[in-house]
Amino acid sequence: MAHIRPSRWYMLVTGAALGFVVAAGFHASLNKDADQMDLLYRADLVRRHRLTDLSLFTEARYTRHPAMADLHSAFQDHPMALEHFPSGSFISPPALLKRNHATKP
Amino acid sequence: MQPSLERHAHLIDFAISSLLRRKGKNLSLLAVYVLIVFVIASLILFVQALRREASLVLTGAPEIVVQRMVAGRHDLIPVSYGADIVSIRGVSEVVPRFWGYYYDPVFGANYTLMVPDQSPPAEGTIVIGPGVARNQRVKSGDLLTFRGASLQPLLLTVGQILPQQSELVATDLITLSAADFQAMFRLPPGTATDLAVKVANPREVATVAAKIAERFPDTRPITRSEILATYDALFDWRSGMMVVILGTAVLCFIICAWDKATGLSAEERREIGILKSIGWETTDVLLLKFWEGTVISLTAFLAGLSLAYAHVFFFSAGLFQHALKGWAVIYPDFRLTPSLDPYQLGILFFLSVVPFVAATIVPSWLAATTDPDSAMRS
Repeated sequence: MAHIRPSRWYMLVTGAALGFVVAAGFHASLNKDADQMDLLYRADLVRRHRLTDLSLFTEARYTRHPAMADLHSAFQDHPMALEHFPSGSFISPPALLKRNHATKP
Repeated sequence: MQPSLERHAHLIDFAISSLLRRKGKNLSLLAVYVLIVFVIASLILFVQALRREASLVLTGAPEIVVQRMVAGRHDLIPVSYGADIVSIRGVSEVVPRFWGYYYDPVFGANYTLMVPDQSPPAEGTIVIGPGVARNQRVKSGDLLTFRGASLQPLLLTVGQILPQQSELVATDLITLSAADFQAMFRLPPGTATDLAVKVANPREVATVAAKIAERFPDTRPITRSEILATYDALFDWRSGMMVVILGTAVLCFIICAWDKATGLSAEERREIGILKSIGWETTDVLLLKFWEGTVISLTAFLAGLSLAYAHVFFFSAGLFQHALKGWAVIYPDFRLTPSLDPYQLGILFFLSVVPFVAATIVPSWLAATTDPDSAMRS
């Protein structure tokens, strides 16, 4: 078998890896139509049922509906606050907290 | 091949041979490097895809949700507030939302129960999310037992299971009729969980929200833009777990780069001395070191990124699942919409490849500019 130079091997491996990354980009755009249909279905479900949150964390009410959680939920106090539920540590304080909720006199 | 390309090909040959002479060290360095890039890239791809999903899907959420606050906590809202709110200029519709949580003591799962205002299920029938069906191992037509407000068992027939596409928004959702909801929670008459307000002109949402808060001081209006902002802040780098993961990955990377930058081994120093003594220019040595750094860092970047893409979009970020699931019994079995953001890939490239190559070249430059004799003796 002919000896292949290390530089050729490196170019081949790098080319293949680069090809995978480019293919990943194509994969993302190829599936766009099917993914778009799924997205539209979810958006329609949200609109019809008047949903407000993703069902990503179901372990506690304030992680199931972070947008609806009341202002005194544990994890919203501070991102590094001691948190009872693990998923609470993934979410930083919502924008709501930056707003002044006090009623104007 | 052009002479300049041929020169670089020879340098790569030499660089790879040089790396293979310290096979154990460099292979373990490559493995750690791939792992670091994999973790950071997986996080970036996962978070980006989730945020994109939330921003597209939640555009259908109500323009304003009005909650009632009592003693700083969310409370049931009188439906009569709706009649006043609808009289505010710009409001086209106010719909009371009836929803709540149900803890299933048998399966240890939390469900979200809701009465849809458009075509709700018939009395005695429910529509369940795919996560509930998976958890309870039920199919369409089966009976599910719930506990009513006065502890009486409530038998409801599964009329439909929502399709798999709904996982990310409705995995734990159970929709039921108003009568069954009332039997389960016995809400005081004339109250709802909150009110969904429709505003005809999107530019008036903030004004309408301010008017609601002014007219009803015990309420908290939550606008759709605030809902979207909450999900934009999801997995923000400042959140606890992200700081830990990113901090650990960056620290590992700094250790790797520091190891390279703090100096060369005696063997590497001798190698540079020999190369200089046999006629290599300083630029040749630097080019050699550039290729050594590039071979490792570019390979690690491409391999780590490819693995991360497969991990997030083909295997639904399985490695993060245990951390994300936490103590939840129901976790959505979702597939994220694949996307690659060139801007974020660019940042990852410049953070992972460039510093490592620089950390390889700088000490070599210091060694290459010294006298070959002293470099060989050191």
